[in-house]
Amino acid sequence: MAFTLYALIQTAILLTNAIAVLHEERFLSKIGWGAEQSIGGFGDEPGIKAQLLNLIRSVRTVMRVPLIAVNAVCIVLLLLFG
Amino acid sequence: MEYPNQSGFRQRKLQAGVRMRGTPGDPRDPSLLFDDTSAGGDKHDLSGVGKGPGVCPGQALISDPMSNLALAYGSSLASHGREMMDKNLDRFIPISKLKYYFAVDTVYVGKKLGLLVFPYMHDNWEVIYQQDTPVAPRFDINAPDLYIPVMGFITYILVAGLALGTQNRFSPEILGIQASSALVWLIIEVLAVLLSLYLVTVNTDLTTIDLVAFSGYKYVGMIVGVIAGLLFGRMGYHLSLLWCCVSTFVFTIRTLRLKILSEAAAEGRLVRGAKNQLRMYLTMAIAAAQPVFMYWLTFHLVR
Repeated sequence: MAFTLYALIQTAILLTNAIAVLHEERFLSKIGWGAEQSIGGFGDEPGIKAQLLNLIRSVRTVMRVPLIAVNAVCIVLLLLFG
Repeated sequence: MEYPNQSGFRQRKLQAGVRMRGTPGDPRDPSLLFDDTSAGGDKHDLSGVGKGPGVCPGQALISDPMSNLALAYGSSLASHGREMMDKNLDRFIPISKLKYYFAVDTVYVGKKLGLLVFPYMHDNWEVIYQQDTPVAPRFDINAPDLYIPVMGFITYILVAGLALGTQNRFSPEILGIQASSALVWLIIEVLAVLLSLYLVTVNTDLTTIDLVAFSGYKYVGMIVGVIAGLLFGRMGYHLSLLWCCVSTFVFTIRTLRLKILSEAAAEGRLVRGAKNQLRMYLTMAIAAAQPVFMYWLTFHLVR
């Protein structure tokens, strides 16, 4: 119950890492969640699956470099302060 | 030492506290969020910028020209720094947009609190717009505000401290722990709602701050429950929490229905289609999360 803001930051970093690690061709295409499945027709609206795949792809693209920096900082801090 | 600029600033803030009595319910100029009280506060500008002794307001010991100069330079530096900070801060936190959410008055707060506890008699839940922007909360009871959530949050922490104190479990760190815990749950809830709104591709004008406001309204019910638990024991806590949970549930559904669902479905006509059904489920899920959080954040306070 004693949630601190630091726990929230840790959770966010871990979750973003988990999403960024999902490899496009080795994993996502194999289970039918590849990039080409998200581009549905230009019909009504993208469904939930297309939005989710879009989200995963954009997280991977946008957060790749910041995550490297944040993870490095985290590792150094954990080594120093436990 | 009296800095002329800062005393003017403080005086303007004091006058701002008095302005609440001013024109309630009179949308003479609804684009002006707060009444204009700048008439009395701007007279204190930099008079006598280091011109010599005797110009400084009524301080007998400032007769030295050097300290006069230093005084004037320091106050000009302070005002310049404040301007720069205001300009830069506005880029990160939209201060002007935040001001809209705090444009409330006592009548609005009273009616809104009553609506949160008893939303069953109110029938018109639409937000009044004025040329594409919503009207300030002062003139429309259905508009979301941030005043009640912020005050509710702070009161919740204080009441939690009080409840823990009556059980001899209090220490000053507990207040910090409760505060950060509740804040973290609020952030998680807002992020979850944002994610689900994105996934369901709802075209709505709900901003993040609106969602924070709607999530913050549950603190009112929590406070009522905990206080009833303090006064009347566990039975009082359970009964009043049940009542507040149901009212918050109904309030959230009725408010969010107009924002998330399409026009036809919001008026109560049964519109078939998977899209509307999904949105209805989303609204119900958001509303159902409120009682869960209300119970989760208070049950450990009442033993």
